[in-house]
Amino acid sequence: MRDAEEGSESPPSQMSGDGPGGSGGESESDRWMPDLRGGNGGGGGGGRWAPPDQVLENVLESVLEFLTAARDRNAASLVCRSWYRAEAQTRRELFIGNCYAVSPRRAVERFGGVRDVVLKGKPRFADFSLVPYGWGAYVSPWVAALGPAYPRLERICLKRMTVSNDDLALIAKSFPLFKELSLVCCEGFSTHGLAAIAEWCRYLRVLDLIEDYIDEEDELVDWISKFPESNTSLESLVFDCVSVPFNFEALEALVARSPALRRLRVNHHVPVEQLRSLMAKAPQLTHLGTGAFRSEPGPGGVLSVSELATSFAASRLLCLSGFRDVNPEYLPAIHPVCVNLTSLNFSFASLTAEELIPVIRNCARLRTFWVLDTVGDEGLRAVAETCSDLRELRVFPLNATEDSEGSVSDVGLQAISEGCHKLELILYFCQRMTNAAVIAMSKNCPDLVTFRLCIMGRHRPDRITGEPMDDGFGAIVMNCKKLTRLSVSGLLTDKAFAYIGKYGKLIKTLSVAFAGNTDMSLQFVFEGCTRLQKLEVRDSPFSDKGLLSGLSYFYNMRFLWMNSCKLTMRGCRDVAQQMPDLVVEVMKDHPDDEGEMETVDKLYLYRSLAGPRNDAPPFVNIL
Amino acid sequence: MAADLGFEATELRLGLPGGGGDGEARNNSSGKRCFAETIDLKLKLEPAAAAVEKEVVAAAEREVDIVAGEKEDAAAPLPAAGGMKRSPSQSSVVTAAPLPDPDKPRAPKAQVVGWPPVRSFRKNILAVQADKEKGGAGGSKDDGEKSSAAAAFVKVSMDGAPYLRKVDLKMYKSYHELSKALEKMFSSFTIVNGGMNEMKVADDVLNGSEYVPTYEDKDGDWMLVGDVPWEMFVESCKRLRIMKGSEAIGLAPRAMEKCKNRS
Repeated sequence: MRDAEEGSESPPSQMSGDGPGGSGGESESDRWMPDLRGGNGGGGGGGRWAPPDQVLENVLESVLEFLTAARDRNAASLVCRSWYRAEAQTRRELFIGNCYAVSPRRAVERFGGVRDVVLKGKPRFADFSLVPYGWGAYVSPWVAALGPAYPRLERICLKRMTVSNDDLALIAKSFPLFKELSLVCCEGFSTHGLAAIAEWCRYLRVLDLIEDYIDEEDELVDWISKFPESNTSLESLVFDCVSVPFNFEALEALVARSPALRRLRVNHHVPVEQLRSLMAKAPQLTHLGTGAFRSEPGPGGVLSVSELATSFAASRLLCLSGFRDVNPEYLPAIHPVCVNLTSLNFSFASLTAEELIPVIRNCARLRTFWVLDTVGDEGLRAVAETCSDLRELRVFPLNATEDSEGSVSDVGLQAISEGCHKLELILYFCQRMTNAAVIAMSKNCPDLVTFRLCIMGRHRPDRITGEPMDDGFGAIVMNCKKLTRLSVSGLLTDKAFAYIGKYGKLIKTLSVAFAGNTDMSLQFVFEGCTRLQKLEVRDSPFSDKGLLSGLSYFYNMRFLWMNSCKLTMRGCRDVAQQMPDLVVEVMKDHPDDEGEMETVDKLYLYRSLAGPRNDAPPFVNIL
Repeated sequence: MAADLGFEATELRLGLPGGGGDGEARNNSSGKRCFAETIDLKLKLEPAAAAVEKEVVAAAEREVDIVAGEKEDAAAPLPAAGGMKRSPSQSSVVTAAPLPDPDKPRAPKAQVVGWPPVRSFRKNILAVQADKEKGGAGGSKDDGEKSSAAAAFVKVSMDGAPYLRKVDLKMYKSYHELSKALEKMFSSFTIVNGGMNEMKVADDVLNGSEYVPTYEDKDGDWMLVGDVPWEMFVESCKRLRIMKGSEAIGLAPRAMEKCKNRS
């Protein structure tokens, strides 16, 4: 595309037959500057023929439509001004990884034809109560800007944002063609907001509510009844996190008139008797969240296991989840679908190995498996023996405390590594681990993209050798050449971070807790992990020196979070002063003396085109 | 006036029952803790030097910012930043203690905020299940896990604060723990930000309009916190309000009187 690269300076030699000139209007000198005024300057508006640059741009736009990956689009937009404009008009999905990195106004000014918006708000450590309530990430200003700018908007996906009922109502009313709403780890709304969405989004296909916190203070609204009375376009309805009761008859009727429904995840108020009824009304379901999975007898009496099994046998299910209050006696009912299952989520079911094994033994095609550690190493061994195609494994703790017994260990991890060679993602909570098991996994599972190991007891060493866990994590970064996400734990010295810096060249997200000896750890990471985007650190002995070693890398990152380290106000101010396009937020747990040496409890810094935000609460100090 | 007051004086103190009446030395006393003394309460404040209790409250709900304070260890490798008067304000401090043998049973450790990193969404669900199981089986095999029925979230308002908070009463076992948590939660309103808020709150405390914790019970009546046993309180409390002492006269007449006598 050499022609395009020449921009408006020289005539496109092949693109059109027109002579030279055309719209050399905009000065050649700012070829590389994005021109937000948009449009061609030359030829006077509304000429009868399209000036050559306009033709070029039309062609460009047609071609760029095919570019979907944001990275490719970002690259294309830097080629020259006309590419920038063409790309801006053809980008359909707008992904904003930090809602404070750019202002809504600026985003809508640049991109003209967006249909799909993804917005992420709070830092991930907010999930663990480390970000005080009221910190921010309000979606309101975004909805206010998106409404007028993108009337054809079809999809909104929000993660860790504060969403009010008014916001949901505004979304519902602003976008007549709205199709998909996905809220992940959001809070601030209640069934009132859901009712607005159901009522006003007549073409809604997807309503996915995943691990949100639904405000229960308001009076409950029967939101399920608010969906259109005619056949709906619903394909996915996920509301297992809406923990309040709902109108079951309305759901049954809704399911019956939603022929496209493939995914349905209900909350724990649904017993097996009701589940069976839903399954009968929606035989085309492929994803099912099973609710409580225990009996609550209605007029029809207690459902038998074999009756429930018949329902499963008649289904086409590929993904099962729920089991929120499971009665293990009903587990055999899912045997008929096990052979087809690609995804199984038992992470709310405290099953023993004996209860798991008969089920898992049939699940040869399983690719995604979430489970509680109650199944023990023995249960994991059974998984390893059957699920050779497994790509994702998450083992959660029943007791998420430091000194709990812990039922899985290095033995389970080793077994998994020996059976599941295609593993790409693992999240593993345990109390006891060895370097040997981690090293084994690094060798047996070379395709690992995400390795998150949480040894729950702080600073735990290798349980057999007593050594730090440096070598284990070192092996992971050395041998897993595709690794992009890493969470470390256990007793770790600077050596571990030296490994990470040296070998972890693709790492984008790194989570560190209670680790490292000196600031060298941070320095190794900043200097070595050239692709680092997100770094979250807690309770590690890193001081201002370590922080400042990252100065020249911060603009390449989305954010840095550090809490309970050894940072002081002076160091944070230094960063803020030297990096004008960074927003440096500091939060304190307790009031303390003013002064340069004042300690900083929480630091959150991120690059931003928007400058310091104006919605920060009193406990946030923006330097 | 501001010059000779350390920050401690402007900290919010809540006079809640449950503290040990052991005359433990406190970090500071501005002499205005009359309410506390009236109902024979003592707030346990760790003096900066001593390694006292490592009691830390683990927040189960992401909304609640209960920072696990006061975990002290004299041998901690962290040098205290110059000028720090309180115990470390970090969520949790790295200890240099020798690592425990995993096979030996160890005393339950103080829990740390947000660790292990399991989302509260998940923790809450599993806690409810554990509870049901306990009820059925008549005993629990798990120690350290906080064992209580479904969370009891109540709104907490403090007069003069710009927004409300929420706490899960089931997270605490005594008035004392609740008092400490509330103290930390609302101490953020004295964070220096050059704003009007902070001066106002500080002023009120300084001027002796003592803060009084009250609650609304099931009948809709406003009661003084601390009269009934803790469990009964958790059952009946619908919301909390930290009132300015001047408004609490009807609730604690003796307290105000003593206050007047002192100053």
